Amino acid sequence: MTVPLIELRDIYKTREGRDILKRISLRVSRGEVLALIGPTGAGKTTLLRIINLLDRPDGGELLFNGTDTASSDKFRLESRRRMAFVLQKPVVFNSSVYDNIACGLKWRGIDRHQITTRVNDMLEMVGMTDYCKRNARTLSGGEMQRIAVARAVATNPELLLLDEPTANLDPVSAIKIEETLTGIIRQNAVTVIMATHDMAQGQRLAERIGVLADGELVQTGTPGEIFTRPGNRDIAEFVGMENLLEGVIASCEGEMALIDVNGTMIEAVTDCNVGEEVSVGIRPENVTIALSRLSSSARNCLPGTITWAVSSGPLCRVEIDCGFPLVALVTKRSAEEMGLEKGIKVYATFKAVSLHVIRRR
Amino acid sequence: MGELWDGFLKALELIYTFDPEVMQIAGRSLSIGLTSIVIGSVICIPLAGLIHFNQFWGKRFLVSLIQTFYSIPTVVVGLFVFVMLSNVGPLGGLGLLFSPAAIVVGQVLLITPILLGLVISAFRGVDQTILDTARSMGASGWQVAVLVIKEARFGVMAAVIMGFGRAISEVGISLMVGGNIRGVTRVITTAISLESSKGDIELALALGMILIFISLVVNIIMNRIQQK
Ligand SMILES: Nc1ncnc2c1ncn2[C@@H]1O[C@H](COP(=O)(O)OP(=O)(O)OP(=O)(O)O)[C@@H](O)[C@H]1O
Ligand SMILES: [Mg+2]
Repeated sequence: MTVPLIELRDIYKTREGRDILKRISLRVSRGEVLALIGPTGAGKTTLLRIINLLDRPDGGELLFNGTDTASSDKFRLESRRRMAFVLQKPVVFNSSVYDNIACGLKWRGIDRHQITTRVNDMLEMVGMTDYCKRNARTLSGGEMQRIAVARAVATNPELLLLDEPTANLDPVSAIKIEETLTGIIRQNAVTVIMATHDMAQGQRLAERIGVLADGELVQTGTPGEIFTRPGNRDIAEFVGMENLLEGVIASCEGEMALIDVNGTMIEAVTDCNVGEEVSVGIRPENVTIALSRLSSSARNCLPGTITWAVSSGPLCRVEIDCGFPLVALVTKRSAEEMGLEKGIKVYATFKAVSLHVIRRR
Repeated sequence: MGELWDGFLKALELIYTFDPEVMQIAGRSLSIGLTSIVIGSVICIPLAGLIHFNQFWGKRFLVSLIQTFYSIPTVVVGLFVFVMLSNVGPLGGLGLLFSPAAIVVGQVLLITPILLGLVISAFRGVDQTILDTARSMGASGWQVAVLVIKEARFGVMAAVIMGFGRAISEVGISLMVGGNIRGVTRVITTAISLESSKGDIELALALGMILIFISLVVNIIMNRIQQK
């Protein structure tokens, strides 16, 4: 088995008597792109700072390329020089854009000609060649972010750490940065750990996602796994499972179960047993709406009344009361065709296999 | 009144004819002041870094103490240096008393608190995130320190210029440990106080104007730096 580039063993951090990171263990192999997602205050930044060896954990071990990083300050500096970190709120040094991008290379003692070539490549990559001589302090937020990315990538890091690389940006700048990052990831085969609270961004860029909640790494898996089979209610909410119903398994027949949700029976696929308390997650886009009872293969077809309908972009978001509130997403066009609006009686249909059943603790 | 006007005209004449005596005194003032500020900076900028970047017991008290000494009277420093360098003092053997070197020693002591204090505040103005960024970009301890000085350069420059201003305009130290010896330790300020008391108002006025001119140049340089 190959040695992981980064290995965390029971990493622990407290601050002002509060546990910020609780025994985090994680391995990241070379070439992997991992996204850490989690709500604000989950500990993403804290974890990235520890991985970048800026802060020391209060417990646990951090191995870089198989060697314990607590060993010596010299090794920590050497290891840090093989990584790069784009901070959540990037800052630039009070010098020219060129010097900002060149600094990491200078500190590594690279010769001037090589630096010039590399910096010019980076400027081109982020589309800021014309800004070369400008004082970086005079740049806009989005431009600074681009410089921060260029500065980090310039050193050709083996491990690139990104903390919310697009969080403070307008949509256009965010897309530009994301495109740049995608390019870097594809071309350089660099290992990336990025923090984001944008689930969609995690899905777009990463091949593995770690969910961090309240200082704990609660689930890791492929974006698909996290998205369709979130490990608990909080993750489900976080990844956009808008409909989360509380229920009890009423009966089972093999994998097929009947779940009692507030007196309404729902069929779902699960390995839970009768009597277990569960949450049922239904993605709004998996709910279809019809004006009459459909005779389809879908096992669940519930009558209800629309309580709210609002369009956003090409989609229309419809809230239905079927004994419990249920949110559905339909295209704007079909919403108009059916004349969906408040007070209309409809049937909400969803497949048993599209439901996600989570055991409640 | 007419006498004063005459004195003023003669003073101007002394300046634009580059009177050797006036030029010599002004030059000595400048070179002693510059020597003091260079030595002071070489000592104080790294020392300020040491104080700022290390956590130790009594740090806050030390900084307050430094600030207290900003306005220490020059004659107190002069007296201290005089005692140290006099024949009976611990450094009397060096034979420095009444030499330009003695003035430099005194001026360095005088400006050390201002330099230290202002450079520490300049370093404080450099955000923690700048340090984090530098470290994450692979800067070693030394490289971070150099970067901080660069980031704080305007504040550091202002401190150096303030220090120079205080050194060149002080009179107490130059008089007490320099002795105002003609051709050796006579500087602008001591000459002004001596000549005006002797009634040679022209020379005093000429030197006074030169001192103001030096301050003006220093201020212009400082403004230039801050506009950048
Ligand atoms: N220097 C500090 N002193 C005390 N508490 C801190 C410190 N830094 C972070 N914390 C706390 O640690 C917790 C985790 O912070 P962290 O910045 O890692 O969260 P995050 O997941 O990055 O959040 P966000 O998405 O908002 O950036 C927060 O509750 C925060 O208040
Ligand atoms: Mg954060």
